[in-house]
Amino acid sequence: MATSPPKTSARPKSLDLLPDAPVPAEGEAGVEFPNRLFEYEPAKESTEHVRLEDRYGLFIGGRFVNPHSKAHHPTINPATEEQLALVAEADASDVDRAVEAASRAFLQWSRLSGGQRARFLFRLARLLQERSRELAVVESLDGGKPIRESRDFDVPAAAQHLFYHAGWADKLGFAFAAGPGRALGVIGQVIPWNFPLLMLAWKVAPALATGNTVVLKPAETTPLTALLFADICRQAELPPGVVNIVTGGPEVGAALVRHPGLAKVAFTGSTAVGKEIQRALAGSGKRLSLELGGKAAHVIFEDSPIDQAVEGVVNGIFFNQGHVCCAGSRLLVQESIAEPFLRRLRLRVSRLRVGDPLDKNTDIGAINSRAQLDRIEALVQAGVGEGAHLYQPGCELPDRGFWFPPSIFTGVAPAHRIAREEIFGPVLAVMTFRTPKEAVERANNTRYGLSAGVWTSKGSRILWMSQRLRAGVVWANTYNQFDPASPFGGYRESGFGREGGVQGLAEYLEFS
Amino acid sequence: MDGWVHNRDQMRNSAAASTLSATPDGAVSLDQVAVEARARLFSSRSVKRGSKLFACNLIITCTDLTTLEGSDTRGRVEVLCAKAMRPVPDDATIPAVAAVCVYPSQAATARRCLQGSPVVVASVATGFPSGQVPAEVKIAEAGEAARFAEEIDMVMDRGAFLEGRHLKVQQEIAGVKEAIGDRHLKVILETGELGGLDQVRRASWLAMEAGADFIKTSTGKIQPAATLPVAVVMLEAIRDFAWATGREIGFKPAGGIRSAKQAVAYLVAVNEILGDRWLRPQRFRIGASSLLNDVLMQIYKERRGGYQSPQDFSEA
Repeated sequence: MATSPPKTSARPKSLDLLPDAPVPAEGEAGVEFPNRLFEYEPAKESTEHVRLEDRYGLFIGGRFVNPHSKAHHPTINPATEEQLALVAEADASDVDRAVEAASRAFLQWSRLSGGQRARFLFRLARLLQERSRELAVVESLDGGKPIRESRDFDVPAAAQHLFYHAGWADKLGFAFAAGPGRALGVIGQVIPWNFPLLMLAWKVAPALATGNTVVLKPAETTPLTALLFADICRQAELPPGVVNIVTGGPEVGAALVRHPGLAKVAFTGSTAVGKEIQRALAGSGKRLSLELGGKAAHVIFEDSPIDQAVEGVVNGIFFNQGHVCCAGSRLLVQESIAEPFLRRLRLRVSRLRVGDPLDKNTDIGAINSRAQLDRIEALVQAGVGEGAHLYQPGCELPDRGFWFPPSIFTGVAPAHRIAREEIFGPVLAVMTFRTPKEAVERANNTRYGLSAGVWTSKGSRILWMSQRLRAGVVWANTYNQFDPASPFGGYRESGFGREGGVQGLAEYLEFS
Repeated sequence: MDGWVHNRDQMRNSAAASTLSATPDGAVSLDQVAVEARARLFSSRSVKRGSKLFACNLIITCTDLTTLEGSDTRGRVEVLCAKAMRPVPDDATIPAVAAVCVYPSQAATARRCLQGSPVVVASVATGFPSGQVPAEVKIAEAGEAARFAEEIDMVMDRGAFLEGRHLKVQQEIAGVKEAIGDRHLKVILETGELGGLDQVRRASWLAMEAGADFIKTSTGKIQPAATLPVAVVMLEAIRDFAWATGREIGFKPAGGIRSAKQAVAYLVAVNEILGDRWLRPQRFRIGASSLLNDVLMQIYKERRGGYQSPQDFSEA
């Protein structure tokens, strides 16, 4: 019944006569599915709307003041090593002034009604949104992160955090069984360089919502968005002294956390410094919350949605160049799918675009500082030395600035340094497991306990795993999801205390 | 006679690969939220200047210029064919499209118009768009269409697919493939009717195993038609199929792609998932009726630095 195609001179044209695109070159050895034909030209975010000062003072008592030492240090763009601005170097007497300003402001601020405090927080949140383009560009310039991330994640998430806590300020009476609680006083806050503005929002928003005042020290390499936030505080007509910002190196942080005028210290950063702070605060009566390092396990079961799990792993370890305390830096993949999984992972990683943080198509930006690059390089060397196998896609890195290609280690033993120590860079250590029980054992075999990820199609297994994984956050079939309503924090050497949600609010209140 | 293929093992047994392994095939489960996140990444790529020109030219070269209306006439098809061969009559730098896609009854007209040009005729078949006609009629229609068309766009039997009769789906595709000889076979999955991404993956795999040269998202008659998340799933299935069998299958999104920006997002997805070998009309097509003029506008905008009026381009 079927009509066979005609075999006459009216024979249709061969497909080979189709208009052809340039014939693609065969891929280099080992590269699957090469893609070199369709290159994206640089699509650079404009910096025209950004005006940086040559020199920034300290923000104390509602205005910018010169540091006592008169000293300034440069803050540079890690993608070019060019100086962006000079930033004040605070000393102990500046910290004194800041804590004093915050103490004076506390008397007024803590007596405002929740509704009045909420108005200021809403104003800060809206101004932050209005200036989001400027903040995103400065965040990328100062810290090296891709503009796609600072634009789509850091700045919106910071604004969201302020909005969320603005909403709590007049509802504290309904948040806790023990009553509305009382503000503590002056809070000393020290934040890291990986999410400068977002960590500021995580710290400042709950403190202000609950009636506390703050002295905040941003990281030495990324002070600029905090200083822009100081300007936003001025714009919002926040009462002077409610937010104070002191800049400088580790000694400023040390002076701040030891200051007797503080009621509480909130620190996010390395485990080593966290331990030092805890020792220094012992017996001082100050409250303390610490959000420290991590070495999160990302567990992939054989029934997981494989390509989406690959995507989750990529997001988990290469987001923000791996400068993420909850980065999924230990991949635990079930042995039965290890080979197809890694094949897909390598292909996906070969597509990552490393380069100019201001290019809208950049997936991986610059390493935050020379010091951090040195640390990453040293640990990767150690990994090679210990016999693990290193895969890096052949991506070209710029000549100037601090760069490290996305890296995957296979053949990693749990005893290797790269499987135990936090690298805080785009370096993934891959291990395998055979059974769910073994996955839990391997995942929990760490000093840290901040986060973990699980990929499986089985809902019951997600619950089974999350009951057993010792981590403050367990993501299931996703990774790196944050919400101001969801408390974030760690176990063991990842710290204690929670940020976000009512649990985060409680850290800034006393109920006795 | 119809096989009832329910689970992974049975599916594998029905395929050439019979060893039980965890290598992804048609039966992998997918996570919709994560697929959508990946799709957003493709549509957020910023493709400007030279890369946009490259993309726009490639899109034209890979377009199946389509008219599939009950009101199609010889006159209408002639106009479309003229546009297909020379999208801008006074500008020879604009390439011809890949194919003109019509109903079987218009295939002869299209063939006459396109004689001597590089543009080929594609004809839909097998009871397009619903596919709800007897199997013999489908075979006969495809064979008839193949007398004039170099490419056959058949519709997959969604009814059988949703009943779980996967073997019937495959037998029908194989039957059409046999009836059309060396013509290229595009299998339309009509992803908007399948009910989810797991089903898209499964249908893609079934079609490729049964002999499809291309897998195509939609008829354009059902909403949603082509979407980026569906494209991601189909492209990853194509990649896995190439790994499993060494065969490179083409991809054709169709339906609802009206702007160059949308089309570029699909091209970006193809580029980043499959790469260079798929950036050509032998492996990639876009089925569209109204996309071409927007692509032309974008090309002239890049060349001349300003937009031209839509009236500057001919209808078709």
